[in-house]
Amino acid sequence: MNALNAVLASTGRRAGQARRWFSGVMGADKYQRYREFHAAHGQPGEAPMTEREFWRDWQDYQEKNPQGRCC
Amino acid sequence: MSTTVHPPSGGGSGSQPDMELPPVAVDPEVLEAEHRRWTPAKIAMWVAIALLGGVAWAMIAIVRGETINAIWFVLAAVCSYLIAYRFYAKFIEAKLVQPDDTRATPAEYKANGRDYLATDRRVLYGHHFAAIAGAGPLVGPVLAAQMGYLPGTIWIVVGVILAGAVQDYLVLFFSMRRGGRSLGQMAREELGVVGGWAAIIATLTIMVIIVAILALVVVNALGESPWGVFSVGMTIPIALFMGLYLRYIRPGKVMEISVIGFALLMLAIVAGGWVAESSWGAELFTLERTTLAWLVIAYGFIAAILPVWLLLSPRDYLSTFMKVGVIVLLALAIVVVRPEISVPAVSEFAGRSDGPVFAGALFPFLFVTIACGALSGFHALIASGTTPKMVEKERQTRMIGYGGMLMESFVAIMALVAAISIDRGIYFAMNSSAAATGGTVEGAVAWVNSLGLTGVNVTPEMLQGTADAVGEETIVSRTGGAPTLAVGLSHIMQQWFGGPGLMSFWYHFAIMFEALFILTAVDAGTRVARFMLQDSLGNFVPKFADTNWRLGSWLTTAIMVAGWGSILILGVTDPLGGINTFFPLFGIANQLLAAIALSVCLAIAASRGSFKYLWIIVIPLVFDLVVTVVGSYQKIFSDNPAVGYWANHNAFKQALAAGETSHGTAKTVEAMEAVVRNTAVQGTLSIVFVVLSLIVAITAILRTIRCFRERTPEVHEDPYVPSKFFAPAGFVPTAAEKDLENQWAELPLEVRTPGAAHGHGHGH
Repeated sequence: MNALNAVLASTGRRAGQARRWFSGVMGADKYQRYREFHAAHGQPGEAPMTEREFWRDWQDYQEKNPQGRCC
Repeated sequence: MSTTVHPPSGGGSGSQPDMELPPVAVDPEVLEAEHRRWTPAKIAMWVAIALLGGVAWAMIAIVRGETINAIWFVLAAVCSYLIAYRFYAKFIEAKLVQPDDTRATPAEYKANGRDYLATDRRVLYGHHFAAIAGAGPLVGPVLAAQMGYLPGTIWIVVGVILAGAVQDYLVLFFSMRRGGRSLGQMAREELGVVGGWAAIIATLTIMVIIVAILALVVVNALGESPWGVFSVGMTIPIALFMGLYLRYIRPGKVMEISVIGFALLMLAIVAGGWVAESSWGAELFTLERTTLAWLVIAYGFIAAILPVWLLLSPRDYLSTFMKVGVIVLLALAIVVVRPEISVPAVSEFAGRSDGPVFAGALFPFLFVTIACGALSGFHALIASGTTPKMVEKERQTRMIGYGGMLMESFVAIMALVAAISIDRGIYFAMNSSAAATGGTVEGAVAWVNSLGLTGVNVTPEMLQGTADAVGEETIVSRTGGAPTLAVGLSHIMQQWFGGPGLMSFWYHFAIMFEALFILTAVDAGTRVARFMLQDSLGNFVPKFADTNWRLGSWLTTAIMVAGWGSILILGVTDPLGGINTFFPLFGIANQLLAAIALSVCLAIAASRGSFKYLWIIVIPLVFDLVVTVVGSYQKIFSDNPAVGYWANHNAFKQALAAGETSHGTAKTVEAMEAVVRNTAVQGTLSIVFVVLSLIVAITAILRTIRCFRERTPEVHEDPYVPSKFFAPAGFVPTAAEKDLENQWAELPLEVRTPGAAHGHGHGH
């Protein structure tokens, strides 16, 4: 039973890692990473953008800075 | 901003300004010792890899059985990649690149939480791969299979190791040292006014032709295919829905909406089958190629002027989602199914220049037909720009730049395997132009059997049976590579699960992802090219540089779309078949872009004073220049009308002047006029590309010679800023790296999050 639990736990951990990796590749974790960045290096007293504001800002940025996609 | 390289404080541990922080890099001596320490286990592993790779290559190249198992291709490629990555890439790193992990990357010294954002190396690897890989490595190898599997396989593997991956690695590194500057900006900086401008104009025109040919591949795959048109068409409303969802309903829930979008996409593929079977559906969605081409053009224009959040970025999410999934699926399928391959290693067409799939001799045309997967200049545009702004540590560029390209090469190998796993008769029936086959099953049978290929005896039942199995009206003359790959993939996948009943699903699944990759590249390419054009025009008419100027952006978008759109229309209506005459132009354009990128790298490496190891760049550059210049020369000057654009042009012109009403495969006067027009466009483009690229190469060589003479290198790098955090360099951290990683992991997240404002305020 213990062995089974251990296997399940390790599979779960791996699945979690894979999901986090994939979400990073897709750029889905951008807001979370922005918050981390802000917490470490934001101007003191300046509130971070809300999730909605952040994604608006990101979309505006993308609008002006198109990223190529290769063939 | 010119600075001479060097760190105020010696690299490695112990000399950091913040004594309370652990070292930011593994001591170079420790690193070297780790690298050089050959334990018996390590020796045994590399001997095993080398032996396995050697056996696999022998199986592919020398052993001649009736059939060969596809697994040998995978093993030969993977073992070669591992050896190249461990030894050659490491050599380039030590001798030419010389990364310094005590130096902050732009992701650290320019960190802004948005585009300059240090990203975990494994994540960035996936991110970078998704940006460089698309339909290219899936199409080129399929067409090149005309010459047998061996020439293509060798070029894909050797080409990537010595050329493609080297280019990607160097461009990524040099751009990173320059704060993530684009290839165009680097060219202007390193090559001066003439070289810089030639590079920018060449890049623009090359992008136009690349987008046009990619669009041509999609149009060819969807022509007369109601199922394909419906399911690919549905990606537009699906993407719009995703865009609106992310903008207004649940901003930022990217994974959630991507999973929903993916489910809808699968539904669209299945529903496509129902729609194509209904009489209304078949009528509504059976479209001629010309109509489809106009639809793609209209789509391209609208997609480029709509806000990115509405269509482009959700489509990009879908595309990335599919890309990673498809590659994993394809690799697993090949390993599980291990198809037997009966195609000859070197086919009858390898020694001739009149192949029906693409014209021209093996040298140089095989090397331009397979561009993506071996050497792709387009990657230089990606490797400069986005990725360098996200690299955590300088030493990681080997894994991301060199390693990322190895992965794309592996995709090309898998595409090649899929293409050669189908019957050779079917292959030629699918890939010969309608001008040759007449577009009918009978015509195709007669044509393919007349080619006199050993072991090929195609029957109408085989062609019609395959078409029925994949749910298409016909598979005759479905040129462009995508349908062939789709047949190959469905053939492999159904053996794994689903059986023959699922072949039609897998076929349209493959068409769907190829179309998705290509349309994403078309959208993004048009947009990128539009910004480049606006930027360039802004030098003469400053108003254009204002990207908020609506009319200006519409006008420049229209110019770019008109550029690729007109070539697309020429390709679709080409009486000679389109793909077989236009595809070499795509390859040559892409390889010339590589020549430009390598030239810029040469000039930069020379300016850093690394003359002794310049050959690392010179080898691929010279080979690439020889291939593209000889290819262009033949396309321009060959008197064989099947190869030379102008020879063909003149032949048709004379026929028209002589009052003939049909010539070769052109059966009407209009068709003859079309050939005259198309060959003139193709011929002119060939001349423009090669002249511009040679200007860039020559300025780079002159610059290199000057650097050598003066010996006072002027390096246009951003100034040295000390790094204040640590991250390992490779996929698996070494013992010393793990030790440092653990030390850093004990610090609070705020302290180890890389960022500009960190520590004792370094200005920049």
